[in-house]
Amino acid sequence: MHRHVVIRTKKPALSFHVNKRALGINFILFLLLSVVIVLSIGLGSLHIPVWEVIKAFVGAGSDQNELIVLDWRLPRVVVSVMVGASLAVSGAILQSLVRNPLASPDLIGTTAGATAAAVAFITFAKDVSVQWMPLVALIGGLLTATLTYLTAWKEGVSPFRLALVGVCISAGMGALTIFFLVITQTHKASNALGWMTGTVYGMSWVNVMTLLPWTVLFLGATIFQIRYLNAQELGDDIAKGIGVAIDKKRLLLIAISVALAGAAVGVAGGISFIGLMAPHIARRLVGSAYGYLLPASAILGGMLVVLADLIGRTVFLPHDLPAGIFTAAIGAPFFVYLLYKTRNHQ
Amino acid sequence: MNVILSSRLQKTTVLIIGLVVLAVVMVASILIGINRYSLATAVEAYTQFSGSEEHLIITSSRMPRTLTAVAVGSSLAVAGVLLQALTRNPLASPSLIGVNAGAAAAIVTTIAVFGSQFPMSQMMWAGFIGAGVTALLVYGLASAGRGGMTPIKLTLSGAAVAAFASSVTSLFMLLQEKTMTEAFYWLVGSVEGRQLDHFFMIVPYLLVGWLGAMLLTGSLNLMVLGDDVATGLGQKIILVKATAILIVVLLAGGSVALAGPIAFVGIIIPHLCRFLVGLDHRWLIPYSIVFGGAFLVCADLLSRLVLMPMRLEVPVGVATAMIGVAFIIPLVRGRAYA
Repeated sequence: MHRHVVIRTKKPALSFHVNKRALGINFILFLLLSVVIVLSIGLGSLHIPVWEVIKAFVGAGSDQNELIVLDWRLPRVVVSVMVGASLAVSGAILQSLVRNPLASPDLIGTTAGATAAAVAFITFAKDVSVQWMPLVALIGGLLTATLTYLTAWKEGVSPFRLALVGVCISAGMGALTIFFLVITQTHKASNALGWMTGTVYGMSWVNVMTLLPWTVLFLGATIFQIRYLNAQELGDDIAKGIGVAIDKKRLLLIAISVALAGAAVGVAGGISFIGLMAPHIARRLVGSAYGYLLPASAILGGMLVVLADLIGRTVFLPHDLPAGIFTAAIGAPFFVYLLYKTRNHQ
Repeated sequence: MNVILSSRLQKTTVLIIGLVVLAVVMVASILIGINRYSLATAVEAYTQFSGSEEHLIITSSRMPRTLTAVAVGSSLAVAGVLLQALTRNPLASPSLIGVNAGAAAAIVTTIAVFGSQFPMSQMMWAGFIGAGVTALLVYGLASAGRGGMTPIKLTLSGAAVAAFASSVTSLFMLLQEKTMTEAFYWLVGSVEGRQLDHFFMIVPYLLVGWLGAMLLTGSLNLMVLGDDVATGLGQKIILVKATAILIVVLLAGGSVALAGPIAFVGIIIPHLCRFLVGLDHRWLIPYSIVFGGAFLVCADLLSRLVLMPMRLEVPVGVATAMIGVAFIIPLVRGRAYA
């Protein structure tokens, strides 16, 4: 068992216990993320040593370095972290709600809806600016998830019904996407495929500012739901028994999950793997108490996207390949290793 | 769980009705399309083949297409039933053990490395082998450690390996424009343009799969009770699990080799059949064979009737999803189903 430390204060009366191991692993993950971020900013078609990166941060670097670090690479990395963290937490919430390890933001149609909307936009928008794409994708994702929720509603939403309806509606949206791809011209289709893979190519501070409010607001809102997430792991009956208004909470959490995934997909496209697997990787590292699981998922998600983008823009030079290709390529072997390492205890 | 059909008589009747429906839609699929033919013409095409255009279309396009749709629909549905039983996860689909992603990765890699010099039949083998290798890898990972293959380990290792294989596919497709256009044809599921020799090449494996699934029904009924209970009742669970996985590889791997990845059938048809007959695999498997086949033929027919006149050659997967949204959702909503 893990070692717990119980913390009690006399005034104000406060008591909680801390799982030392899970907290430690979270801390280590955070340090790793910081290292990965600094490395990622330094590496690229033009290498900038670590101290030059730090100098550029504090405004003491050369003009060229400051341009590359502050205007090109930093926004890209910041967006990567936000996108990864949002998708991972979105997935963790859904896995808890649907009580199914296969649940991910894709399950209730968020990703499929956003993708269908984006591909439709690429296909039909003649002379409309690409700037509108995130918004179009976000609206597509939100509408689809709402449709799934309402369709699954019948005197409440049972997790199982939500999942099945979600599978149907996602498939419908996937069909629409293929339909648009078939009727569009080839060069547009390759554009759309790139977007569907998910990329943080060419991200600027504008994109950071677009995504930041969503990420901060909804990741913040998730923190206040940790107690409920822990409670509902025990099943509907017990959660009701300890005083949880299940359907209300479920709606709120689905809304949070959809908003996180929708905003991330809107900005960076359909990055796969993170929403499904980052929570599982986190669970194998820190256990399933949500106070530790959510931050670990978020950090891992962010780290995976940053690393995936780093590989995409360095290993295959002169190509700058979408990060979405490499999220699974890095994440899957690591997860398999964890699966193998923890194979002896279920 | 309350099911629609309770007595043995009802279940048998509906199964026979299903078979009749299957026969009717198959005939319809052969006769109806851009050009319509009479039944007499179709029979003539096989009794007094004249080499006329209509005879050629029937024998070399409509018939293979119909047979492919039936075989693939049935196989995917049965593979779905088996995997849902193995993982005890209602969201498990045949693609879960990586067959789709593995086949796609193998085909795209083949195109990227050797160019598109191979005929379709050889590409099918590449897909089949890719599917098999990936599935074995997933099975190996899931079986590692104490407790053997547990549902959760199978689910997670399948998801991870499939994601990895998809990465390989995307990488080749984005690195080489040419590979993308070549492979795109493979990566959307379709029963169009398949020839009879392709069908006969793959169908033996599917037949073995169907027979194996029929023989395994009793063991599957015990399997879903959980490993401990099944062991207690004298079940050799490792053997049953391994056999079931092998059957899934034959069915799903064969299907993806023959028609590319067709989503949705393997998840939805098993659920549809459970609504009808409940959890007894002795009924579930034959129902899935019949209704899975009928479903995919219908989907293909629908895509020809609705989309072809719009001059669009749209893969059958699109139509399966349309039918799914229209018919399955009301069904899911209508049942008092946990």
